[in-house]
Amino acid sequence: MKLRPLTIYAVAYLAFLYVPVLFLPVFSFNDSSIVAFPLKGITTQWYSELWHNDTMLGALWNSIKVGGATAVISTILGICAARALTRYDFRGQRSMAALIMLPLVLPEIIVAVSLLVVLLQLGFSLSLVSVTLGHILMAVPFSIAVLTSSFEGFDRSLEEASLDLGEGPVATFFRVTLPIVAPGILSSLLITFTISLDEFIVAFFLSGTEPTLPVYIWSQLRFTARLPHVLALGSMLLLMSIILLSVAEVMRQRAARRAGTSPSGGLV
Amino acid sequence: MTAASEAQSRSDSGAEAAPAVGWRARFWRNEELRGLALISPTFLYALLLLLAPVLVIVAFSFWTQNYLEIDHTPTLANYREAWSDPLYRVLMFRSLAVSALVTLITLILAYPMAYFLSFHITRHKALWLFLITIPFWTSYLLRVFAWKIILGYNGAVNATLMELGVIEAPMEFLLYNVNSVVITLAHAWAPFAILPIFVSLEKIDRSLLEAATDLGDGPVMRFLRVTLPLSLPGIIAAALIVFIPTVGDYVTPRLVGGKDGLMISNMIQVQFGKANNWPLGAALAVSTMVIVTAASLCFVGVMRQLGSRFR
Repeated sequence: MKLRPLTIYAVAYLAFLYVPVLFLPVFSFNDSSIVAFPLKGITTQWYSELWHNDTMLGALWNSIKVGGATAVISTILGICAARALTRYDFRGQRSMAALIMLPLVLPEIIVAVSLLVVLLQLGFSLSLVSVTLGHILMAVPFSIAVLTSSFEGFDRSLEEASLDLGEGPVATFFRVTLPIVAPGILSSLLITFTISLDEFIVAFFLSGTEPTLPVYIWSQLRFTARLPHVLALGSMLLLMSIILLSVAEVMRQRAARRAGTSPSGGLV
Repeated sequence: MTAASEAQSRSDSGAEAAPAVGWRARFWRNEELRGLALISPTFLYALLLLLAPVLVIVAFSFWTQNYLEIDHTPTLANYREAWSDPLYRVLMFRSLAVSALVTLITLILAYPMAYFLSFHITRHKALWLFLITIPFWTSYLLRVFAWKIILGYNGAVNATLMELGVIEAPMEFLLYNVNSVVITLAHAWAPFAILPIFVSLEKIDRSLLEAATDLGDGPVMRFLRVTLPLSLPGIIAAALIVFIPTVGDYVTPRLVGGKDGLMISNMIQVQFGKANNWPLGAALAVSTMVIVTAASLCFVGVMRQLGSRFR
């Protein structure tokens, strides 16, 4: 009996989180260029028109390139840091970790503006490369957070056994450590890719003339007539993110199980 | 001489008395060096692309813009302007007030949810956590944009009410003011507050709660005297995670704030963009960082004081 009101609250809270966002897909299928209830009918017109929009496709391709580079580089940097932080003790460890994790709490506009100033002062022109540099900075803390859970509780005796059996440290890393944490790495790749795909502020400041998908969406927002297309595009972006994140979550739980720490609860 | 050095080397290398250890081997054996070497790529990246640029911004805030040239003579003029101009003051106060309100709302909404997750969910806990974190990862821009669709002049609420004949003209007070900024931010940042509180609730030793019950505390007293004080670190973390980034939020005030809902980051963007006054923009950015840090430290201090009084 006591559990009831809190359960209702929890469900209402989830509804509060999701319902506003659900307006995007609902109206993206609405057969009217005016976004309002009652719905007029179902159409896929907005989606099919998107595929003939070369600017949109260009922005999509830009986002995929930036996301791919961000995922690979930030995960490599994340592996180094997560491994160093969980396996070793060294002086300055905490302050180094604090600096690396700082983008989590720093207002994004500070990161964006400071990078903008430095890159322009050094004579670089803004491009997808500058966006990628910024996205790596934002994604590394998340990569570390994901990877730490698979490095922690990792049975070190497995590595020691490998070293005792004559493998070098490098071979041990590739033949013992890496396979165990592989699901965690995959999870990190997917999550950092999604972060880059959805990130707007840094891309807005640093993208120059090559827009990423969120920057393209932003540029379309002021045209009321383009709204249904933006809704269709936004819905696809949401769907993509949710799929990527779901796979990442399954991988993360597998990683946690392999490392011997039980993932909280379990998906069953 | 030889005997002495032999003894020395033996005591140095301990059990494995390896003669003439190469630098590579020594490197692999020194745990501290290995840790440092391993973290250095990530650390250097953050040093070069985060710390150095922020320091450059700090330097810029003491310089002057002369048309296209930057005058490098150090001056406090930018700060004088940033702190005395009524426009910047209004924007700064509004940013702080909006963020404080948003933080309060998200904390009040998130606490029962975190409590529910920690104390009442036994099965499918990971699924619940995942459902809460999905919005946390998906596009911030789209989450904010959804509110523009809902609250806008031609938005879902207005158009629907007009279609139904409830109102004759669209209600303008729904969008483009401080209220819509607060609603949108509270929604967009809601999931961020749950996780830190949840983690601190999970750490509470359940036997303490049993002890409180055995000693005669009712559920309310038990919550106020045991659960709430022990979850204080989570509450502090959640507050900071929401407060610090929202002060510098750009998207929400720009999309749903209208003229009266703009915040300090919109002005920072203008200075680095259209107004092309980087030093002033830098001074505004640095001032924001300093004020936010000071406000956060005060908050943590007050909360710690409150927490210690509980015990």
